[in-house]
Amino acid sequence: MKSLDAVRTAVVAVGQTEHGRRLDASMAELAREAIDRALDSKGLTLEDIDAVVAGNMEMFEGIYLVDQLFVGALGALGKPLYKLNTGGTVGASTALACYHLVASGRHERVLGVGFQKQSDGSTQAAITTVGDPVWERAVMAGAIGNFASMASTYIAESGVTPEQAAKVAVLARRNACLNPYAHLRMPDITVEEVLESEMLAYPIHRLDMCPSSDGAAAIVMASEDVAGEIADQPAWVHAVATVHDQQYMGDSPKRLAVMRSLRGAAAKAYSIAGIDYPLRQLDVAEVYEPASYALLAMCENLGFCAMGDGGRLIDDGVITMEGQLPVNPSGGVLATNPVGATAMIRVVEAASQVMGLAGEHQIPDVKLALATGYGGNAWTDIIILGRQRPRR
Amino acid sequence: MSDPDPRVPADPREFNREQARRIEQQVTLHYRFAAGKYASRFFAALRDEGKILASRDRQGNVMMPPRPVCGLSGLPMDEWVEVGPGGVLAGCTIVYVPFIDPMTGVQRPVPYGFGLVRLDGADTSIYHLLDETDPQRIGVGKRVEAVFKPVQERTGSLADIRHFRLLD
Repeated sequence: MKSLDAVRTAVVAVGQTEHGRRLDASMAELAREAIDRALDSKGLTLEDIDAVVAGNMEMFEGIYLVDQLFVGALGALGKPLYKLNTGGTVGASTALACYHLVASGRHERVLGVGFQKQSDGSTQAAITTVGDPVWERAVMAGAIGNFASMASTYIAESGVTPEQAAKVAVLARRNACLNPYAHLRMPDITVEEVLESEMLAYPIHRLDMCPSSDGAAAIVMASEDVAGEIADQPAWVHAVATVHDQQYMGDSPKRLAVMRSLRGAAAKAYSIAGIDYPLRQLDVAEVYEPASYALLAMCENLGFCAMGDGGRLIDDGVITMEGQLPVNPSGGVLATNPVGATAMIRVVEAASQVMGLAGEHQIPDVKLALATGYGGNAWTDIIILGRQRPRR
Repeated sequence: MSDPDPRVPADPREFNREQARRIEQQVTLHYRFAAGKYASRFFAALRDEGKILASRDRQGNVMMPPRPVCGLSGLPMDEWVEVGPGGVLAGCTIVYVPFIDPMTGVQRPVPYGFGLVRLDGADTSIYHLLDETDPQRIGVGKRVEAVFKPVQERTGSLADIRHFRLLD
């Protein structure tokens, strides 16, 4: 596996909105809020930006030409603007596209923004449109029915318990209390409260699931020629990977338990970045976990522990803020989920950790950080960011 | 020009969420999806003969739903094989949260059973409804069997299988 970059590339600026139910802002205003924060953080203006990549899942709001309608808000007048929709991964795909535009030598400074305003539309209508109309919609049970079924497979394989899943739900909402941008901040949440919350679909309780949020997140990626002028400490891209699996919900034999796209993407990214022992070599991870059970399954598939050992990661505190490998110090998706922005928030948080900008949820001395994007089990994006400029 | 609502200030920096308006719209869309060669044959066999057909490539991979190309081998799938009607649960749940059935626009009554069924003879699974609402009675690995609607009620849809019944 060889690195593809002609030009070494770094995240040099990040910004995000306060996430939640943002009735005060239109979708375009929300996207611009994140863009302005990213630019202002390093004294950049739109004149410094060569091209823009915008990520959004249009079906949530039913507005399908956001690139045209929001061209001004997105800061793209007179510039190349690429809109992406790759489902749940779109925020990470947006970051990867920025990376490719810079690493290829095409552009020097590229702005990427992921945004979603779920309170504008219908989450159920959006979820219906992601199902195959011929094969899947007649027997759909929504995102929650799907995750619950996946959790049952994972439980059968790993023996993970409802208590262990509830601990994940608690950890996320407590970590979120240290993150001023997070949606669900619940300092007093307990394992009992999660287990007693309404059963949505067995075994998933309401507090095992991610919320629906409004929000946006933005990055600026820059070439090695200019990165150092913009940021004292850039977050250098050490590896990116995207892997797809087969198309239908029932095509992966063990769904959550064995996530072929996540395992494939991790293997590629670790190989490019020279990572043999992710638990020891990574300093922090921002993992796209749509449900409590999913986080433990994803940690297994990322090689943070042996397969089937996910429950131990939470029982032994390995993935807490003070643990060997803190996972989602931001509170993760369980605390904040504006879908089109969600995977970009993972990248923004991982970059913030490397750049020392994470504030109260900063993990000390982060040299290497990993972020993932998740697309309905069928595809995965991974990006690994580091403090040192990667070796050639 | 006079301000239509004096409570909304001209300066956007003084705007607050109590002044936010929402513009309500309802959009109704109608679609007619071409099912294609594979699904057309599948649904004809399901409706007229009560048979569940899957596609096979020359390495023996059997894909359900049937499809033109095997995702594992990359080979064309030019053979048809009958699978089921028995199978095994690869995943399962009881759904309590309301979900509007996309085929009817009507909310499906809750609770209902839902799961991934690996039909006998197939290498992949399909989601379908289960005739069970007790979470203690469902489980990964349990045997199930397709229950078909009567011929006169079938329309050529996966819903021609009413649900899967637990055998264990």
